[in-house]
Amino acid sequence: MIELKNLHAGYPGRPVLNGIDLEFRPGEVLAILGPNGCGKSTLLRSVNGLLPKAGGDVLVDGVPLERLSAKDIAKKIAYLPQSRSTPSITAGRMVLHGRFPYLSYPRRYSQKDHEIVKRALERVGAEDLAQRPLSELSGGQRQKVYLAMALAQDTRTILMDEPTTYLDVSCQLEVMALACRLAEEGRAVVMVLHDLPLALRCAHRMVLLSGGRIYQAGTPEELYKGDVLTQVMGVCLGRVETEDGWRYFYR
Amino acid sequence: MENRRRLGLIVLLAGLVLLSGVANLAFGAVPIPTREVIAALLGRGGSTQTAIVLYARLPRLCGCLLAGAALACAGVIIQGVLNNPLAAPNIIGVNSGAGLATALCCALAPGAVRLTPIAAFFGALAGVLLVLFIAERAGAARITLVLAGVAMSSIFSAGIDAVVTFFPDALSGYTDFRVGGVKNLSMARLAPAFWVIVIALLIALSLSNELDLLLLGRETAQSLGLPAKWLRLALLMLAAALAGAAVSFAGLLGFVGLLVPHIMRRMVGEDSFPLLLSSALGGGLLLTVCDLASRLIFTPFELPLGIVLSLTGGPFFIWLLLKQRRGGGGT
Repeated sequence: MIELKNLHAGYPGRPVLNGIDLEFRPGEVLAILGPNGCGKSTLLRSVNGLLPKAGGDVLVDGVPLERLSAKDIAKKIAYLPQSRSTPSITAGRMVLHGRFPYLSYPRRYSQKDHEIVKRALERVGAEDLAQRPLSELSGGQRQKVYLAMALAQDTRTILMDEPTTYLDVSCQLEVMALACRLAEEGRAVVMVLHDLPLALRCAHRMVLLSGGRIYQAGTPEELYKGDVLTQVMGVCLGRVETEDGWRYFYR
Repeated sequence: MENRRRLGLIVLLAGLVLLSGVANLAFGAVPIPTREVIAALLGRGGSTQTAIVLYARLPRLCGCLLAGAALACAGVIIQGVLNNPLAAPNIIGVNSGAGLATALCCALAPGAVRLTPIAAFFGALAGVLLVLFIAERAGAARITLVLAGVAMSSIFSAGIDAVVTFFPDALSGYTDFRVGGVKNLSMARLAPAFWVIVIALLIALSLSNELDLLLLGRETAQSLGLPAKWLRLALLMLAAALAGAAVSFAGLLGFVGLLVPHIMRRMVGEDSFPLLLSSALGGGLLLTVCDLASRLIFTPFELPLGIVLSLTGGPFFIWLLLKQRRGGGGT
């Protein structure tokens, strides 16, 4: 489990996060919401060690992040950044690089690595894409391949920065369904999301950031009823009950 | 399937290198029968033809293979590290940095032939580090990088001109150096560069997984446990060693570092291991063929290799720009 204690982080001359206390719990999809510039991506980067923290603590299974090597962190936390390159390598090769943290002498990927990659591609329903160059795939297919890479990394925590942006609706739902399945297996899944109805529908817990602080954290029900989304995001939401739960919409 | 196709391509390239190598030894102002060439290589000949093969053409061939492999692989590395397909050692000022250092070395320590690859390495490294610095500062915007590289190339070239003005005898055959070529080489002169290039190529091949990871973007690479900052630096130093060693004996050969990686990327994709291997072979092949053409077009007169290379490389580069524009890929 990952715990943030009074975390401060930011860029030179520009503090962004001011005292965040938060837990990423196994078995849970946590959605991080908030207006642009409130520190959502900064939060994921500092948890992953990509951005040095300015104060406070990040504990990974009780161990301070700074005591872990880059490879140790990569074995515990997978991260899908917001902007990604699409080199013209095959999807299978891309997923194989998820095994990089486990690579040891003689520095060639083993048969076991290849088997894990095959399973990861099957999990996301992308086994038929393995031989296709990444640059030829659609946005939704690429996202699946990136998810497979995160799965091949075999970590207990997966951080995703806006994984549904630029995807069509059915792909968005597919990504969210996969996130829920990963959480059911005992992983902690943390997603930065802009789509409030999607987040309310799929997440187990939500954190609303504003001005580098936690404005409110709680279940989707608590955030919806507390009207905080209107206060911070400036939008009105409504909902209707369906056979498989609540569906939210912008008013 | 994909791997088998790549392997086939690499074997084909190796075969072509071998063929063009034999042709390079056999053809020229004096045609020499293949039988004689083989006899000379096996140390069995004793004629003038043997001397031509061993002391004139063989060093040239080795120079072509080494410079071609080194510049093409330096191109692959620089393009991968800077994530910019238009970056190449001659475009971003690495070659001219090495050229300036070579010119300075020849001017200040004439006769110290063994020092030139080292000086060239530091010159190329200075070029590479300036590029990295600008890339970090300017957010690595592709066009900024290329423009800054052009500016740096021009500064270094002015430096070379200044050295030649103050020490007119420093670079005997300055024009040859500037245009680039493999004339008047000896095996002894090639030896230091040979070791630098072979060792740097082996290290580059062993770091191909890391180079692949950098292609995924800095954040993804770091999140997979790669010390991206140090690795970029180490890889650029390797590229500097390769480009520097090549420039130290072959002068300012352009376009190999741009042309070959682009062709090979289309043929084998961006996986670094096959890309480096095929680029090394392709670079050697291109220079060997261009060198042969430079000797045969106006026999018995010889065109400098750099001119033939630029006349083939220039149009290709323009075609590349037009094609990228049509395909929607910008700079």
